[in-house]
Amino acid sequence: MNRQAQAVVLLLLGGAVVRASVTDLYLRYVKEGLRPFLVAAGVALIAAAVMTLWYEVRPLLPGRAGTPSGEGDHAEPGDHAGDSDHGGHGHHEPRVGWLLLLPVLGLLLVAPPALGSYAVSQAGTTIPGDGLPDYPALPDEDPARITVLDYASRALFDAGASLGERRVQLTGFIANGPDDRPILARMVLSCCAADGRPVKLGLTGQAPVGLPDDTWVEVVGRYSDRIGRDPVNDAEIPYLDVETWREVPTPKRPYE
Amino acid sequence: MGGGGPGGGRRLRGERIGSVEVLAALLVLLVVFREPVAGLLSTPRLQTWTTVFVSIMVQAVPFLVFGVLLSAVIAVYVPRSFWARALPRRPALAVPVASAAGVVLPGCECGAVPIAGSLMRRGVTPAAALAFLLAAPAINPIVLTATAVAFPGNPEMVLARGLASLVVAMIMGWLWLRLGRTDWIRLPHRPDLDGLSRGAAFWSAVRHDVVHAGGFLVLGAMAAASINVLVPERWLQTLADNPVLSVLVLALLAVLLSLCSEADAFVAASLSQFSLTSRLVFLVVGPMVDLKLVAMQSGVFGRRFAYRFAPATFVVAVTVAVAVGAVLL
Repeated sequence: MNRQAQAVVLLLLGGAVVRASVTDLYLRYVKEGLRPFLVAAGVALIAAAVMTLWYEVRPLLPGRAGTPSGEGDHAEPGDHAGDSDHGGHGHHEPRVGWLLLLPVLGLLLVAPPALGSYAVSQAGTTIPGDGLPDYPALPDEDPARITVLDYASRALFDAGASLGERRVQLTGFIANGPDDRPILARMVLSCCAADGRPVKLGLTGQAPVGLPDDTWVEVVGRYSDRIGRDPVNDAEIPYLDVETWREVPTPKRPYE
Repeated sequence: MGGGGPGGGRRLRGERIGSVEVLAALLVLLVVFREPVAGLLSTPRLQTWTTVFVSIMVQAVPFLVFGVLLSAVIAVYVPRSFWARALPRRPALAVPVASAAGVVLPGCECGAVPIAGSLMRRGVTPAAALAFLLAAPAINPIVLTATAVAFPGNPEMVLARGLASLVVAMIMGWLWLRLGRTDWIRLPHRPDLDGLSRGAAFWSAVRHDVVHAGGFLVLGAMAAASINVLVPERWLQTLADNPVLSVLVLALLAVLLSLCSEADAFVAASLSQFSLTSRLVFLVVGPMVDLKLVAMQSGVFGRRFAYRFAPATFVVAVTVAVAVGAVLL
């Protein structure tokens, strides 16, 4: 891969990263806090591409052809002498750069969705944070809007004491549960989707039926003391007694 | 090829246009066949693979770019004499100083590889550069804070992780002094920077390192995404009860998953069926040896180096982590 092609690849990669971070696409893959760093990195990549092209093109510009020891002239022999020194290695080296097109395609053409029910079926439910001694009161509104993770940890570690008889409203997607009944799931990220962990809730009462996996729903319900087991890691799965539910579009932030 | 004269020049020009044309054709084809490509990726498993792959890349890009910019600054703007003054003259003393210097690099392992390569080019003794490479991703404040957050009930985990990582980095540095051979390390040819203006040299180094280290990062990310999708967690459950097996399994898992060192503590915390010591092994091995790192190391330092260095680091890291775990946890 020569330097002009490298510059184009850098431009594409930088462009793809900037585009993903100014739209909300990046939220499917990483935490929100990474955004400024993504923008900065994307801009740096674009700058590297532009500067590379500039140093390539400058010696060829009319009026500069005769400048004393133009930098382009100087650089070229060095670059290629190296290739012949290294023999096979020299040719192998730039070729790996072609692989950088893969994340570009992933971001610009494919843009895969956030982790969903397949990832949920592969990993055990994870509810961290049992170090908290007591839970703050629920928000005043009715129903109280809380996260799936918050509900799960209150239900398990607090035995529902801070939930009481209050109605709560949770948003998550449908996945296939242990006994083939639908569960409500949400993925939790700490850094990127590679470390995404599911939080799973069993549903009783007026549980949604007949929805395909990965359908996003908003459920309203009350604490249930029923506890299930996740066959993947033998962890406890709390239940929610559903009163009503409705389908909702995929939220902007798919992870909690 | 250097003495090719005008003939060589013409050939260069021919190759050049070829490479850009191939790229253009490839992109056009991909845009045209976008639908079938997307269709191929629509099975849940492949889709999850793509998500994890893209996600690892998106997560790593800022750290890669940051590391590459810093390494280009080292290559172009920091004079060689600086390192001679900053580090103790005796390599055996330079190793612990370089390890401890890892504290100031707030990043993960993708950024550390090009920086270590750049340090070596600037005349830093390889043992010290390697100690820095191993220590930096594991003992910086961001990673240690993340560890403290992930293990709220076990603050000793933070101390154990920092200590074990530091010890491993120093042992590997000293081991390199005794056993290492410089001809194992083959830094890739970088276009000669000496004849260029500073700006041209800086951007030339940035371009080269991003394309080079980035390409190997893609290889590692693909491998890690495959493991992430193919190894079901159920298999781990049965292994957790055996103390020896659990250490080995989590050490291996750390290598295969190739998590970012800022995130691995949360995953370790979630593997609650495993003992604390085996999870410490996971946290010490991960930032030092993993698929993505080995791919990048073989790109930046050469294969002959990576195939010796990575297994040795693995063994030392597991041993030290178990020892520290036995004392502290």
